[in-house]
Amino acid sequence: MSPEMNPEMNPVPNTIFSPELAARFDRLVTLYPLRRSALVPMLLYAQDEVGAVNDAVIAEIARRIEITELDVRNVISYYSLLHTKPHGKYHVQVCTNISCMLRGGNEMLQHCKDRLGIGNKETTPDGVFSLEEVECIGVCCWAPAVQVNYDFHDNLTNEKMDAVLENYRQKASAP
Amino acid sequence: MPQLVSHPEEVKVISRRWGKGAADIDKYIEMGGYASLRKAVENGPEWVISEMKASGLRGRGGAGFPTGMKWSFVPKQSEKPKYVLVNGDESEPGTCKDHLIFLEDPHSIIEGTMIAGLAIGSKMGFIYLRGEYRYLIEIMDRALAQCYERGILGKNIFGSGFDFDAISQTGAGAYEVGEESALMESLEGKRGIPRIKPPFPAVVGLYGGPTVINNAETIASVPFIIEMGGAAYAKIGTERNGGTRLFGISGHVNRPGVYELPMGYNLKKMIYEVAGGIPNGKALKAVVPGGASCPILRADEIDIGMDFDQLGKAGSMLGSAGVVVLDETVSIIEFALRTIKFYQHESCGWCIPCREGTDWLKKTMTRFYEGYGTVKDIDNMSYLADNMLGRTFCPLGDAAAMPMIGFFKKFRGEFEAYIQANPAAPETQALVELVGA
Amino acid sequence: MADVNFTVDGKKLTAPAGTILIEACRTHGIEVPAFCYYPKLAVQAACRMCLVRIEKVPKLQTACTTPIAEGMVVQTETPEIAQARKATVQLLLGNHPLDCPVCDAGGECELQDMTFRYGAPTSQYVEIKQHREEQQWSPVVFYDRPRCILCYRCVAVCGEGMDVHALGVQNRGAGSVIAPNLQDHLDCEECGMCIDICPVGALTSGTYRYKTRPWEMNHVGTVCTHCGDGCKTTLGVRRADDGMEIVRGDNRDKSGINGDFLCIKGRYAFDFANHPERLTKPLIRQADGRFATATWDQALDYAAKKLKEVRDTRGPQAIGVIGSNRTTNEENYLLQKFARTVLGTNNIDHHRTADYVSFVRALAGKGSRAASLRDAGTAPAILLLGNDPTEQHPALAWELRTNVRLNKAKIFVVNTRDIKLRRQAKAFLHIPEGTYADAVRFLGSNDSDFNGIEGAKDFRDALRAEQKLVIFFGSEFRGHDIDALVSFGLSLPEARFGCLADYANSRGAADMGLLPDMLPGYRHVSTPGPFAEEFPNLPQTPGKNLIEMFDAAERGELGALYVVGANPVSRYNIDPASLKNTFVVVQEMFLTETAQIADVILPAANLYEKGGSVTNSYGDLQLVKKAGDRAGVRSDLELIVRIADRMGAKPQQLVPFGRGLRSDSGQSRGAQSGEADRHTIWLASRQIEPKVSPFDPYAVLDEIERLVPGYDIERMNLLAGNDVPTRLVSVESITTPRRDLVLPAEDALFTSGTLGRYSAKLAEVHESHRSIPGATPTETAAD
Repeated sequence: MSPEMNPEMNPVPNTIFSPELAARFDRLVTLYPLRRSALVPMLLYAQDEVGAVNDAVIAEIARRIEITELDVRNVISYYSLLHTKPHGKYHVQVCTNISCMLRGGNEMLQHCKDRLGIGNKETTPDGVFSLEEVECIGVCCWAPAVQVNYDFHDNLTNEKMDAVLENYRQKASAP
Repeated sequence: MPQLVSHPEEVKVISRRWGKGAADIDKYIEMGGYASLRKAVENGPEWVISEMKASGLRGRGGAGFPTGMKWSFVPKQSEKPKYVLVNGDESEPGTCKDHLIFLEDPHSIIEGTMIAGLAIGSKMGFIYLRGEYRYLIEIMDRALAQCYERGILGKNIFGSGFDFDAISQTGAGAYEVGEESALMESLEGKRGIPRIKPPFPAVVGLYGGPTVINNAETIASVPFIIEMGGAAYAKIGTERNGGTRLFGISGHVNRPGVYELPMGYNLKKMIYEVAGGIPNGKALKAVVPGGASCPILRADEIDIGMDFDQLGKAGSMLGSAGVVVLDETVSIIEFALRTIKFYQHESCGWCIPCREGTDWLKKTMTRFYEGYGTVKDIDNMSYLADNMLGRTFCPLGDAAAMPMIGFFKKFRGEFEAYIQANPAAPETQALVELVGA
Repeated sequence: MADVNFTVDGKKLTAPAGTILIEACRTHGIEVPAFCYYPKLAVQAACRMCLVRIEKVPKLQTACTTPIAEGMVVQTETPEIAQARKATVQLLLGNHPLDCPVCDAGGECELQDMTFRYGAPTSQYVEIKQHREEQQWSPVVFYDRPRCILCYRCVAVCGEGMDVHALGVQNRGAGSVIAPNLQDHLDCEECGMCIDICPVGALTSGTYRYKTRPWEMNHVGTVCTHCGDGCKTTLGVRRADDGMEIVRGDNRDKSGINGDFLCIKGRYAFDFANHPERLTKPLIRQADGRFATATWDQALDYAAKKLKEVRDTRGPQAIGVIGSNRTTNEENYLLQKFARTVLGTNNIDHHRTADYVSFVRALAGKGSRAASLRDAGTAPAILLLGNDPTEQHPALAWELRTNVRLNKAKIFVVNTRDIKLRRQAKAFLHIPEGTYADAVRFLGSNDSDFNGIEGAKDFRDALRAEQKLVIFFGSEFRGHDIDALVSFGLSLPEARFGCLADYANSRGAADMGLLPDMLPGYRHVSTPGPFAEEFPNLPQTPGKNLIEMFDAAERGELGALYVVGANPVSRYNIDPASLKNTFVVVQEMFLTETAQIADVILPAANLYEKGGSVTNSYGDLQLVKKAGDRAGVRSDLELIVRIADRMGAKPQQLVPFGRGLRSDSGQSRGAQSGEADRHTIWLASRQIEPKVSPFDPYAVLDEIERLVPGYDIERMNLLAGNDVPTRLVSVESITTPRRDLVLPAEDALFTSGTLGRYSAKLAEVHESHRSIPGATPTETAAD
């Protein structure tokens, strides 16, 4: 980003976000011809940090963008990546759309259900994993594919998937 | 990580720098990057547009509108700023080509964006990627930052007086936002509901300013066209279908992947030679030639050149060139259900025929798949899809209706056989017969 | 814009260039159906019902998005189009509950109409409907999602129409819902426009839902009794045990001065009529101080006897009369006529909420510069000084917003508070408390600075560049401040003025002479002119104003007080003890603070229960019609006549009914003889039939039209249900009244003076807004 594109920022007081994220948001709203353009990225980044776009997030973002909370909620409810309730620490998103389906996407979903002991859109009791069947994630040529949070895992087999899950489980229990 | 594939028949234009570390600006420049931009700056906007027209490049998002013509529609004078918007909201099932461009050659997108900006007199570009492509957005942001460091973006580029800024933007999960006016709504921080047209984006687009909006693959083709000249590019493909296309071949083939082939390349050859044929000696059943919204082709219909016009004539579409290959084991019923589930999930809900139509198709298909279907259901679903077609607010309704119509028409026998094999309980049968119109 | 020629269904039509097809068709009587399209709101193109076939265009096109073009050839009803519409209706019916037999909208439902028209008689789908529980969003708004067809009209009217933005669309696809701003409830102005505009029964009204069927009601178009804007409201009435019960208020008839608009009060606050404390029997105070019910004869005889006694023994000056700003013009006119000709006193006044006397004086000779409410919706520029129309004049606020939205009108706002209309203002001059007069002086001056307010000079310069300014001002302006404002306005070429008052007939009360120094039409009592010819022996010295009457009572100088539909004891904070030696007659609906000190209480009908006319703040005259009826109550008009009759006055002298006082209409002895019955001649010359009853308000309206300056209006237009502007005719220079005689009602959206207290729905809404955390606080009226 060029320094020219970074006009004066007015830090928003009483933020619920980390100083880094707050500073990022202070800057984000200055990048666009219209402040509101920062809304969708802001919601996504806030969700990454807080775990969900909960009431407090909505209130602060409405304040930052200078729109109503209703308006923020209207937008949140439109986009499938945004959620108002927290997911597990690792959100396992299994694609079952056509290309993945042809290469075992449904079976992969069932395998994840069995391994994690949860159903679609459920979270493990320890809060480490949640599971969701999702629409096409743009990895069709390397199907079947799964996205965990933002990380892609493709050309999966049950064994590879087990390793992927195990890897996350270890990360979750790491200090 | 996605694996790159290659085949001798490929003509590498967009993919020429893939696998060579071109995401780094030094590598990119070393391989001739940003020379096209320089050339464009030197020759000026009108030359750029005439080369683009000469190239015969047609929009790679699916509609296939000539890119040079699109750019020329932008008014020269405008009170409001003009914008370039790159559509990287790649969400059409069966499509992952832009994924690789952003991963392997993000600078080609930036360079193409800047050339488009120069051509239409814009000073700002937005590169919109679907929210799921977070790692690609990070790659793009690094590429953009490098450009600013090198003075390739910013003020007075190459000392020519040309100013241009570009930023990336993330989506947050919505297929509908791939529609150009819905994308602009999303970029303006709103629900991705398409806008009423006219006015078209070239006149009233982003923030009310004239806007050129192009698919990422279209934009990535631009530097090559400027480098080689429009006429040279046009020669690569077939008539009225200039250049190459990134074909993402997925499903039941031995070597799935994204291959860059000339427009008009034969589909049968693509499946059996380029992608290595059907695994495990299975027979081919059908092919979806251009992403989920394109009507399916039966195995006997695949000896066809893959361009906009030939597929159009065959009653299908080139779409996003996502070729999904189905072997003989696939149940068309299951495939149709998965297809309509997707569109039902992604319908924005704004207009009645799409919102309600996708929902009822999905509900009926679900029951049908579960073994409670009747012949009347096939008729009802056909009637419903026929009545959605051409009547919805935006193309999503058509995108849902067209493949369904294709399934019902081309595989009616399989639907009927499915009923035979899974006879519905008599009471369901009676209900459907009684109620169904 | 130039006209464009086009053809629809074989008819050659013409309309201005730029008109959208659906409107152009409707203008020519060709109805293209639509759920989502609503005139004057943003086009949505969502329902796809208005698909038409345009020659040379491959696909069906939406008529709501297509501008007409020269030579365009359109088909609006072909088998192909009918099939498309049928399929859409079928899709909607797939999930729409078929609870039409109990649905509020049954019989008034656009989906029913479309189903009927396009014949989707069979269910196409067997899958289970998606049910959701109904939600209550506020005391007056309920939402039933399964019935909702997602036309988004409610969202549009709440957003762009009301500038409230309390409704949104959430989720997507088939899961889409309309959502209120506080997740499960609404924080809004409770106008109910969303309910009105809903094509189906998805949004229903807290007052009306599940009460009756539309065809069981009579629908009476009348004028709202609450604020000074005079909106047309359609009251649905149904037979009840004790008369005709009002069960619904809405705005079905869009022909009114309020266009599409109606606020919470016009829509829901009719229920005071059914309040359990409503008085339905006359009451007479007993020796022990308690009230006892009486017969009408007893009560009227007693009231008349005492008034006559005071007049005859202590003189006319010992009687005071206080009128109402919610009674009709006919009643007001009659009341002052009764005071002046039967009682013989000018001691008559009413609760003034604006200084119309000064307004008329200031505009002397420039009566054509008065503005109608309609001007608020059409003028290219408007200056709003004081007042908060969003709260106090909701229809004015609506017109201003609409004018900005549709015509890009420029609004200039001067206020001491951050009123909501500043959001539509081109310029807002936020001035310190108490500086309205200074602000006006500044606007007319060449000073470079006003209280150091940034942009004040630009504001003034922009304002003064306006050629056709309409100035609306609130009750902050009184007396000489109005002179200053008007003289500033008159310095602009074509400026016009509107003076805002608070109640349904505040203007009418002043116009009809409920004033101690003014006869009807602001003719001073000392120079009665034609009134003297009509009514010999009119008292010619100004009487006591309202405050002076109570002062006189305190001194023991007021023998009797006759109060018609007013609550001065509460409003002016009168010590009840000061009236202990005054005989008080009160005509009222409820036992108000004033009624409580009465000697006789006569239960009165309200504005929804009688005919007549009212004049809104802006001088627009409209008819009110009898909608409700309550056994046991009588109109104020009838009560005044009956008291006069019992005092020995001739009813014909008060109300020109029957064949008049003389059977001779002047033909035999000549009009010049001075004995002709002018009224009969006037009627005959206009071919108006004489009225047969002394209780017929139209008999009084005849006299008003004949005698009151400015009220010689187009009768036929009025009878057609239209608003007709009256004219301001000032006769001579008149004195400036006391500033403290104007007492603003200070009502907000959810209050309406004494009346508001008896509207259970209004009170409920008011209470609910006080208890919503974070909801907008609204001001409370003094009483």
